[in-house]
Amino acid sequence: MKKYSEKIHVWGRIWCSLAIVMFILYPLAASIYYGAWPSPMSLLKGLLGVAPIFWTVGAIEALTFSPMLGSGGSYLGFVTGNLTNLKVPCALSAMEVAKVKPGTEKGELISTISIAVSSIVTTVIIFVGVLLLSQLQPILESEVLAPAFANILPSLFGALAVVFISKNWKIALAPLVFMLVLFISVPSLANSVSVLVPVGAIIAIVAARILYKKGFL
Amino acid sequence: MRDFNSNSVFLFIAAGIIVVFVIAQSVFFLRKAWIRARELGIEASVLRRVVRGSAAFTVAPAIAIILGVITLSKFLGLPLPWLRLSVLGALTYELPAATSTAATLGVSISEGVTDPRVYSTIAWVMTLGILSGLIIVTLFLKKIQGGIQSLKKRDTKWGEIVLTALFMGMISAFLGMIFADVTIGLKGWIPVFVMLISSLIMLICGFFVRVLKVKWMEDYALPISMLGAMALSIPITRLLG
Repeated sequence: MKKYSEKIHVWGRIWCSLAIVMFILYPLAASIYYGAWPSPMSLLKGLLGVAPIFWTVGAIEALTFSPMLGSGGSYLGFVTGNLTNLKVPCALSAMEVAKVKPGTEKGELISTISIAVSSIVTTVIIFVGVLLLSQLQPILESEVLAPAFANILPSLFGALAVVFISKNWKIALAPLVFMLVLFISVPSLANSVSVLVPVGAIIAIVAARILYKKGFL
Repeated sequence: MRDFNSNSVFLFIAAGIIVVFVIAQSVFFLRKAWIRARELGIEASVLRRVVRGSAAFTVAPAIAIILGVITLSKFLGLPLPWLRLSVLGALTYELPAATSTAATLGVSISEGVTDPRVYSTIAWVMTLGILSGLIIVTLFLKKIQGGIQSLKKRDTKWGEIVLTALFMGMISAFLGMIFADVTIGLKGWIPVFVMLISSLIMLICGFFVRVLKVKWMEDYALPISMLGAMALSIPITRLLG
C-alpha cells in the first residue's frame, strides 16, 4: 500500500487538474450561453495587463509557500486562494498551537486540516454574505467600520510578529531591517508586496546561512 | 443572442457548481488528513482545537472578502466576484485584473457591465491571469517537496532553518509595508500603531495562557488580537486621521 506522502500527490494532482478545468468552465459557459466570445486581441491586451505580474507572483507564491504549507495544504490552498492574508497565517498558527513543525508529516497534516477548515468557513461566510448582501452592505460599507477593514493586515501581522519573530529574531533581523528601509524610502512599493516576499526570504536564508555557519543558530 | 444579465440565474448556477466543487475538495482533504493524523497518534482533542482556532481566525478576513465582493459586484454583478473571491486569487488580484481589462476595453467600472463580450473578456482574463501558481503546484509540487525533504535529510537543522527563514521573509515584507506611509505624517503612522496594539494584545494573551494558565485562550489568541486591533483602529483613526 502506498504511503500517505505518496498518495497525497496523486489526489492533489487529480483535484487540482479538475479545479483548473472547473475554473475555466465559468468564462467558457458564459461565452457559450450568451454567444459572446472575447476577441483574441482584447483578450491578449487584457492578459498583458495582468499576467506578467500575477503569473510571476503565482510562481513565487508556489515556491515560497508550498514548503511551509506541506503537500496537502498547498494542493488545497492554491485552489482556494487568499494565501497571504488568510491561509498561510492560519496554517502556521495552527502548527504553532498543535506544537508541530512545518516540513514534517504531522506539520503537513495540521496545515491541511487548518487550510481545509479555513476554506470551508470562508466559502460559507462569503455565501451568506452574498445571500444577505442588501442587509449587510450598509453595515460593511459604513464609514465607522472602514478603518477596521483598512487595517486588517497590520492587525494580523502585528500578532504574528510577536509569536514568530520573538522565537526567530536572529533570522528575522536582516530581512526586517532591509524591508523597513526599503518601504520607508520607496512607499509606492506597498502595492508590490507579493513580489518582495521572495526578496525577504532570500535575505533571510542568506543571513541564516551565515549565522548557522558561524554557530549562532 | 440571449439578453445579457450579469446577475442571471445561469451565471449563479455556474458559479455555485464551482464553489461546491471547491468545498468538496476541502472536505476530501480534511477527511484524509484527519484519518492520517489519528493514525499517527495525534489526539482528536488537538485536532478539534486546530479546527476551532482556524475557524475563529478565518472570520474577520472572510468578512473583509465580502467587502471585495460588494466592490466588484457593482461592476460585474454578483456571481463572478462571488466565485472569484471564493476560489483562487484574492482581492489584491481580482480588482486590478478587472480594472485593467475594463480599461483596455475602454469601459468604465463605475457602472454595471451590460455588454456580454466585455463581461466574457473580463471573466477570461480574471481566470487565466492567475492560474500560474495552481499550475506550478499541480505539476511540480512533488519535486519541490522532494527538494525540501532531501535538504532536510542532508542537514535536518539547516532544513528547518530554511523553512523558518522563508516565513520570516514573508513576515518582514508585510511588516515593512506597514511602515510605507510613515513619512506622510501622523496619519501614516496609523497602521503602525494598529500593528503595535495587535502585538500588545497578543502579549497579554500570552500572559493569560502561560502565567495564568487560561489554556483555552491559546487557540483564540490570534483572532482575539486581530479583532481587538481592528476594533481599536477605529478610535485611533478618528484621533489621528
